[in-house]
Amino acid sequence: MDSRYEVVIGLEVHTQLTTKTKIFCGCSKDFGQQPNSQTCPVCLGLPGALPVLNKQVVENAIKTGLATNCQIAPRSIFARKNYFYPDLPKGYQISQFELPICEHGWLNIETEEGGPKKIGITRIHMEEDAGKLLHSEGNSSQVDLNRACTPLLEVVSEPDMRSADEAIAYLKQLHQIVVYLGVCDGNMEEGSFRCDANVSIRPWGQQELGTRSELKNLNSFRFIKQAIEYEVERQAELIDDGGKVVQETRLFDADAGTTRSMRGKEEAHDYRYFPDPDLVPLVVSEKWIETVRAGLPELPAAKVSRYQQELGLPAYDTGVLSAEREVADYFDALVALHGNAKVCANWVMGEVSRALNENGISVVDCPVSPELLAGVLQRIDDNTISGKIAKTVFEEIWKSGKTADQVIEDKGLKQVTDTGAIEGILDEVIAANQGQFEELKGGKDKLTGFFVGQVMKLSKGKANPGMVNQLLKKKLS
Amino acid sequence: MQLIDQTIHQLHQRLTSGEISSVELTEAFLVRIEKTNEQLNSYITICREQALADAAAADLRLKSGDIDLLTGIPLALKDIFNSEGLRTTCGSKILDNFVAPYDATAVEKLKQRGAVILGKLNMDEFAMGSSNENSAAGPVRNPWDAERVPGGSSGGSAAAVAARQAVATLGTDTGGSIRQPAAHCGVVGLKPTYGRVSRYGVIAYASSLDQVGPVARDVEDCAIMLGAVAGYDPADSTSVDCPVPDYLATLKDGVQGKKIGLPKEYFIEGLDPEVKDAVYQAIDTYRQLGAEIVEVSLPHTDYAVACYYLIATAEASSNLARYDGVRYGVRVDTGDGLVNMYQQSRAAGFGDEVNRRIMLGTYALSSGYYDAYYLKAQKVRTLIRQDFLDAFEQVDLLLTPVAPTPAFKIVEKMDDPLHMYLSDIFTIPVNLAGTCGLSLPGGFSSEGLPIGLQLIGKPFAEAEILQAAWAFESAADWSGRFPGLSADCGGEI
Repeated sequence: MDSRYEVVIGLEVHTQLTTKTKIFCGCSKDFGQQPNSQTCPVCLGLPGALPVLNKQVVENAIKTGLATNCQIAPRSIFARKNYFYPDLPKGYQISQFELPICEHGWLNIETEEGGPKKIGITRIHMEEDAGKLLHSEGNSSQVDLNRACTPLLEVVSEPDMRSADEAIAYLKQLHQIVVYLGVCDGNMEEGSFRCDANVSIRPWGQQELGTRSELKNLNSFRFIKQAIEYEVERQAELIDDGGKVVQETRLFDADAGTTRSMRGKEEAHDYRYFPDPDLVPLVVSEKWIETVRAGLPELPAAKVSRYQQELGLPAYDTGVLSAEREVADYFDALVALHGNAKVCANWVMGEVSRALNENGISVVDCPVSPELLAGVLQRIDDNTISGKIAKTVFEEIWKSGKTADQVIEDKGLKQVTDTGAIEGILDEVIAANQGQFEELKGGKDKLTGFFVGQVMKLSKGKANPGMVNQLLKKKLS
Repeated sequence: MQLIDQTIHQLHQRLTSGEISSVELTEAFLVRIEKTNEQLNSYITICREQALADAAAADLRLKSGDIDLLTGIPLALKDIFNSEGLRTTCGSKILDNFVAPYDATAVEKLKQRGAVILGKLNMDEFAMGSSNENSAAGPVRNPWDAERVPGGSSGGSAAAVAARQAVATLGTDTGGSIRQPAAHCGVVGLKPTYGRVSRYGVIAYASSLDQVGPVARDVEDCAIMLGAVAGYDPADSTSVDCPVPDYLATLKDGVQGKKIGLPKEYFIEGLDPEVKDAVYQAIDTYRQLGAEIVEVSLPHTDYAVACYYLIATAEASSNLARYDGVRYGVRVDTGDGLVNMYQQSRAAGFGDEVNRRIMLGTYALSSGYYDAYYLKAQKVRTLIRQDFLDAFEQVDLLLTPVAPTPAFKIVEKMDDPLHMYLSDIFTIPVNLAGTCGLSLPGGFSSEGLPIGLQLIGKPFAEAEILQAAWAFESAADWSGRFPGLSADCGGEI
């Protein structure tokens, strides 16, 4: 980043909501269907059709607002944003303009300098998405209105971010929250979570904001960072060369890693916003807000602080475990059954995630449930099996779905705790490795591991390693 | 009396007694339409086969005993109502080829009751007009004088009832579009309270003002029609969830002891003396019927027309954006790009008045003008509504003229839109206030043209104005007089 200028970034995020039906009609919003098959008079914009607000969309907006510390408006208004485009069947988009449902929120992000920084959220409003244009060969385009009228939440931040990294930190947190809430699937490639960035620079110390450009087509965190950094450099060079930044919309070109002008201020639309007379003002009661608040899941920030403070987990662990709600839910269930948070954390971050990755499945589909895994951990605790054998047991459970006890029984994996049996094996090992045993006696402690390992090997892992150690010490003394 | 001259309540008895069949009745109206439509041009689409099939079904239903007042009654719809499988043009070239794929809620309700739909009625394009001259299907003629307009925008709906081309019809009223043509054609027309009848499936002109209502031969028919279409509709967020009273139950209760207000701002210069006389005669009649007459004031009346032409056009400019040639309707595409396709399609599809109002409305909403025009108009609208609420603190209903003059001549006002706009000066405030108003025949001018009276009620007090209208109609029956062209047509009983 250019150190001569202060960078100012504000972000507008569009999140597609995971409701079953569209925002203003009863059509399904399943993707990948035949073009125009998920439509009705309302989302086709037929003459005479009228919108009816989907209550679930409002509930999702309230959830998101509460999770981002917003005030929920007791009365909000839908407005029409008027412009012509073939993917917009009514010639206007129903959105919110004055009086959005959520305002005055904030999120805390971790900065490079360490410590939290508060990023303001100006507003969150509900709106409908447009359809899609399918450009075929030659000069023709076709309109698919399956996506028309699907619900979006637009989250607008204050221009509070001062670097691309801060912007990414904010976005990642917002992304995590909407996915945690279950209001958005978070898929950036498919456009479920889209971001426009308003970027400007100003000399250090200057109060007034520089002229901004609005960057579009940013569909991954990497592209967002790349685009912002490119844009900051471009603006700095422009100013250094005596030029002026013009207010415009710029498109990010992922292949070239650059931004290019899409339309200037003079080409900007006059959207002629006005309250939509087809929809009555939306009234949200205090009771409704409180019901939604009571149903909110524990959010990532709260989880992080609970894992650190109550469970005493290290920062690394809390970060990994809280990153995805499903993983955190799995971990929380396991801790509730077993009790030792660190042991549970190690298993979830270790064996469980390794197996999930290898099999390419999500934790919600994990064949070893928290209950089954807790069964394994209990058998380690009561010395029925060693930690090493436990991994074998885990794999068996993964394959068969049996309980730990069944697997241990079927496969004869119960730990050998009979002193005589272990001692017999140990004697065999010493007899076969007389030279090393003499060296160990002579003080070469490193060889302890070798002898324990040999015993474990001969016992097929079933010997209790602690007992092997004790017996070895006895032989040495 | 001819079959086609009769009312819903009269025909209902004949249908249920088996004296006539719906097919016979429908046939009589179809004959009547065929004989008179060339002259009047009130129908855009006539649905002969479908109507006869509906009538045959209604006859079966009448025999089965599952009967509604509207079962087997031939009705017609303003061409603004989506009606599945029927061409629905809204009087516009841009929807010339549009066949509605679904029914408006009001249409669905009529069909459920077993009504027969004869066809779709002419109207001013997108309901913009007061003379029915702004129609792609050509002007409608007034049945009382073919040189004159029937009023608008529901000109076809009013002319068809007056000329007995349907027993009753549905229209829409945004600034007087039911009441003014009903007055000019000598029939009864009602604009219900905003939210009383669902707007779902009714092509929008100005969404916050549009309201569906009946045009009928007499007040009782009007009450029957309103009862049939009124009620909350979950598909229309602006429809109001309040119970629909039995309008017939109180219809004949009279006006004894009622207080009727005369808004002094409505008796202005420019009010035709014969219209004024008709209102004064009605005042006398109401006094004799036991009502008390008092003068009231609606102080913001002067601003109503200006306020209306900002709000209605602003909403229209947005409502009509969907006619872009992309998905349905007329498309003119010379292959030189999207913007040209939009411009050419809309230029070819919309008439002058529609273009004028889209431009007015676009301007009123434009950045930098919004506060001065649209927002200001909304504030004025609130004042106008308050005027009515204040007046209704003192009186039960208001009595006013419907239009300043009887029907004017075709072409007379076409070059003077402002003058034309003033013909709605007494009806517009009711839409802005969102309350209900009824137009009923109040006499004839010396030239033999019908003159209308307007009764304005409190929000959702349709029963009360119907009751007052019925009392007047019974005392001074003007509805028995028919326009001359009817004499030789239709089935005699």
